[in-house]
Amino acid sequence: MMLLGTIAQAVVILLGIVLLSALLTWVERRLLGFWQDRLGPNRVGWQGTLQIVADMIKIFFKQDWTPPFSDRVIFIAAPVIVMGTVLLGFAVIPFAPAIGIAPDLNIGLLFFLGCTSLSVYGVVLAGWASNSKFSLLGGMRAAAQMISYEVFMGLALIGVVMLTGSFDLTRIVTAQKHLWFVVPQFLGFVLFIIAGIAEAHRLPFDLPEGENELGAGFHTEYSSMKFGMFFVGEYAGIILISAITVILYFGGWGGPLLPPFVWFALKTGAFIVFFILLRAALPRPRYDQLMSYGWKLMLPVSIVNLAVTGAVMLTGV
Amino acid sequence: MFIYSALRSCWLTFLHLFHRTETVQYPEQKPYLAPRYRGRIVLTRDPDGAERCVSCHLCAAVCPCDCIDLQKTAEPDQWIPEYFRINFSRCIFCGFCEEACPTSAIQLIPDFEMSEFSRQNLVYEKENLLIAGTGKVPDYNFYRVAGVRGTGANAQPVDPRGLLP
Repeated sequence: MMLLGTIAQAVVILLGIVLLSALLTWVERRLLGFWQDRLGPNRVGWQGTLQIVADMIKIFFKQDWTPPFSDRVIFIAAPVIVMGTVLLGFAVIPFAPAIGIAPDLNIGLLFFLGCTSLSVYGVVLAGWASNSKFSLLGGMRAAAQMISYEVFMGLALIGVVMLTGSFDLTRIVTAQKHLWFVVPQFLGFVLFIIAGIAEAHRLPFDLPEGENELGAGFHTEYSSMKFGMFFVGEYAGIILISAITVILYFGGWGGPLLPPFVWFALKTGAFIVFFILLRAALPRPRYDQLMSYGWKLMLPVSIVNLAVTGAVMLTGV
Repeated sequence: MFIYSALRSCWLTFLHLFHRTETVQYPEQKPYLAPRYRGRIVLTRDPDGAERCVSCHLCAAVCPCDCIDLQKTAEPDQWIPEYFRINFSRCIFCGFCEEACPTSAIQLIPDFEMSEFSRQNLVYEKENLLIAGTGKVPDYNFYRVAGVRGTGANAQPVDPRGLLP
């Protein structure tokens, strides 16, 4: 019975995430529209809410083409890897006290880092298996970008882990009952959100896609639902990064009056909107700029952050 | 420095949420079309209700994309066109035909809603082009001032060398 309940909860959470990601495609286009003084898609259903249904029907009925020059097995596996690893990352998210698939996992944060790192394989393999120059360039960019941003993402998180003394996400949330970690770990928060944007390869760090120089980057050769899985995977990645940011730095589900889950949803939603705002506002950096920011600026700053946090903790303030 | 500029542009973009949107919700909300808007082409009639077009072919000659085709009728002393055809899939709505027309028969009106599913349906025949009224030139009657028909109101032909109106 217990097992059935857990499975049911997992299914509900995963389905909810996938549907929410699909809904986000509409939310994003709507918000981008408003920020560009347009209206965005507002025709299908009330204010365009059924736009995702129309998009899904369209994407399911598109020709699902596997290029004859591609590496077939890997080509098909790549979108599965991207979406699968992102959804796996949600396993450790505590949405509210005792709501989540494995919220009390004692290596929760490491599991999250591992899953986001694995998702780069999907992107790189997609670029490789497509056997086209644009896809390969996109995949290579993804690999280089992920490696360099992964490093200081981990280092930025260590500050929180040091303050909590645990990798357990539930304990991290409960440790923020009195003070959100964004205050003592502000630098870590800034670094983490930059790394998170790069990790979810969203604008301004969406160089693996880079549509104006690479066609569509790593998914140039993908069509129909295989492309759809990359697409939904990207939006699920946004939700994941937003949720982790809220958990690590903004007190997770904690908040007055409203029920915990509502607080969690509100905070996560705010970060999702912030991600979309970044897309509306910022241009893409050049590729060498991206790499030099990562290695020459973010990495040293995150090490300094780590050292200062350690020193403050040692002196016992 | 670039962090400040990035945050600033984020904030300025966010403020656009409260700006008025520029979108014109087209089928419900029609745009304003000026009276001289060059849209769909019509053939008008003179104040007496007769066809203005005298099939002089000037419009077809001036048309830069050769989208006008017409033929004078074979009836003697009749100058109305036997057929008059405009291919709107070619027309660029330049308005040269309107400028060239000596009788103000061909006119461009403020209407652009003429989409069709089949390209062939964009070829307008004379019965599609001819309207009942006088269009933009309400009281001009070519035959009354040109003096071609020597009957009734037009017994005195206009003196082409006279300077007075």
